[in-house]
Amino acid sequence: MEKIKSITKTLTKSREISLILVLIVLCAAIQLKNNQFLSFANLNDLLVNATIMCVLAVGMMCVLLIGGIDISIGSTLALSGMVAALVMRDYPQTPAIVSALIAIGVGLFCGFLNGVVIAKGGVIPIIATLGFMNIFRGATYLVAKSQWVHKEQITPDFQNFTLNSLFGINNMITVATLCFIIAAYFLKFTRTGRKIYAVGSNAEAAEVSGISITKIKIMVYSLMGALAGLAGALWVSKYASAQGDSGKGIEMDIIAACVIGGVSLTGGKGTMLGVVLGCLTLGILNNALPLINVSSFWQDAIKGLIIIIAIILNVMTQRSLDRNNLKRREL
Amino acid sequence: MAQTKRVIASEKVFSLKSFFLQWEWFLLLVFILVNIMNSFISPYYLSGSGLLTATSSFLEKAFIALPMVFVLVIGDIDISVGSTVALSSVVMAECYNKLGVPMGLAIVICLLVGTLCGFINGIILTKFTELFPMIVTLGTMILYRGIAVMILEDQASKNFPSWFSNIFWGKIGSVPYMLIVFIICAVVFGVLLHKTTFGRRMFAIGSNRTASKYAGIEVQKIRLIVYTLTGLFAAVTAIFLTSRMGSTRPNIGEGYELEAISMVVLGGISTAGGKGRFVGAVIAIFIIGFLRYGLGLINTSASAMLIIIGSLLIVAVMFPNLKLGSLIGKKAKKLM
Repeated sequence: MEKIKSITKTLTKSREISLILVLIVLCAAIQLKNNQFLSFANLNDLLVNATIMCVLAVGMMCVLLIGGIDISIGSTLALSGMVAALVMRDYPQTPAIVSALIAIGVGLFCGFLNGVVIAKGGVIPIIATLGFMNIFRGATYLVAKSQWVHKEQITPDFQNFTLNSLFGINNMITVATLCFIIAAYFLKFTRTGRKIYAVGSNAEAAEVSGISITKIKIMVYSLMGALAGLAGALWVSKYASAQGDSGKGIEMDIIAACVIGGVSLTGGKGTMLGVVLGCLTLGILNNALPLINVSSFWQDAIKGLIIIIAIILNVMTQRSLDRNNLKRREL
Repeated sequence: MAQTKRVIASEKVFSLKSFFLQWEWFLLLVFILVNIMNSFISPYYLSGSGLLTATSSFLEKAFIALPMVFVLVIGDIDISVGSTVALSSVVMAECYNKLGVPMGLAIVICLLVGTLCGFINGIILTKFTELFPMIVTLGTMILYRGIAVMILEDQASKNFPSWFSNIFWGKIGSVPYMLIVFIICAVVFGVLLHKTTFGRRMFAIGSNRTASKYAGIEVQKIRLIVYTLTGLFAAVTAIFLTSRMGSTRPNIGEGYELEAISMVVLGGISTAGGKGRFVGAVIAIFIIGFLRYGLGLINTSASAMLIIIGSLLIVAVMFPNLKLGSLIGKKAKKLM
């Protein structure tokens, strides 16, 4: 009995482990309904479809860690993807890597603007990024003159990147995995990474101990922008078209994924593993609902409900944890 | 910071300089500039009917901005209002068209649905006070619109009785009903915020939630009321909007939350809570509305409009911050 108790205690002690348990139960339930779910082909699809979300979630996690938020990423994604696509339309000789770099560069610049306005201008993040969300979206329509860039206008090299695979793993999955690994290392083992946590947990203390908050903020938002640019390039490559309204509303999914993964909105709290799991949760939902014959019209409602349940459950486990800790102290 | 926060009415000493340095005067100036610009664009603009036409081009959105002032004053945020508009509008339309409920009753149901949506936001946030309003209303934003999509799928619901369109288009003399309702609501909201204990309590909650709690203010009850009110007024917007369009779709009211927040923030209501004046928000509503109308007259593309409104928002918020920052810097230097 004692043993079971201690096992359940260790299991619920870590958010990540309890999230993994939930995911396993979820997968098992879906598998019972449709045995195609756990096939290799479907899992591959699931992961490929989740990669853009994963890339963005890495950046969003950093932004949330410093206590900020960025809701302009959907627009940044669209703008950078559109600029890259337009370059390819007008100069078909452009190598794929250059187009991708252009997208990342545009994203970086967008993020930098966000960072400067937030850090130097003293505008709170939600309002600043809300403004830029409109501006970047408007700019996307404007540079494209409200047109699409079609499949034939995008160089085949660029399109093939997301279709090809390395060692049997789709390139997109490789990119997302690389992002996760680099970011995890960066956040955990580099000085700048630790500074991000420091700014998020206590900005004043961080400032007093000699960390330049302004610099960290601008850096994090620029990083977010660059990753949104990368996601924009992947988007154009994957869907083989660039549209003015691509990525609209994606910021909400990303924030939801981070929050489900246990990243705190006050900053300073959150792990890369949690974010991976949060992304997987949303990825599984997106993938599995059609598989178990849920009408596509129901998906948003279900997604919203699950987000709310997840955050409420999160609070309840946190409360019981705190209670347990108190009890232990009294002993 | 403590010093800027302590400017509470009773302690304020009247000085001409600080009186004219208020944000509202700046807003008024911008408002006049926008009007001058518009009158150059269209010679018919500066007439009674011209102004009324301009007003009814945006006023239905303004009904969300009114309670949004309260939400921001208590230091919260609600981004689910656009979806609440959609859900209450869709439910109203389907009650009438599919279930055969009389339109009058359907309108009441619409208001109830909106209120319920706001109440759910409020109850989640007040029962689980650790949660952030941003994230909860993000969840309900997806949920409410999701339910609207579930109900109507990709269809539109139309065929309302003919009198229903009168709610938006009807006039007394030449003044639209909507404007009258708006003025009444704005006055009531303004008085509530600045002249009642309820309003003072909201400011207290926005300035310091913990202190207000210990001072005996029922913080959670007031938050619940404010969120519920926001839901109700989202439903009011839904009625006017549906009446204007004569049909409804699940994607109705998309992005309204951001527009409402833009209006309120431009009006000088601090997103950190506890600061702002209702007049400012009302002027800002008209600035954004008239600006949009004027830009529309000269065929500004929707994309340029997005850029202009976005820039306006950022500049408006950044402007006083920069000034305040340098002032505080100087004061700090003097103290040293």
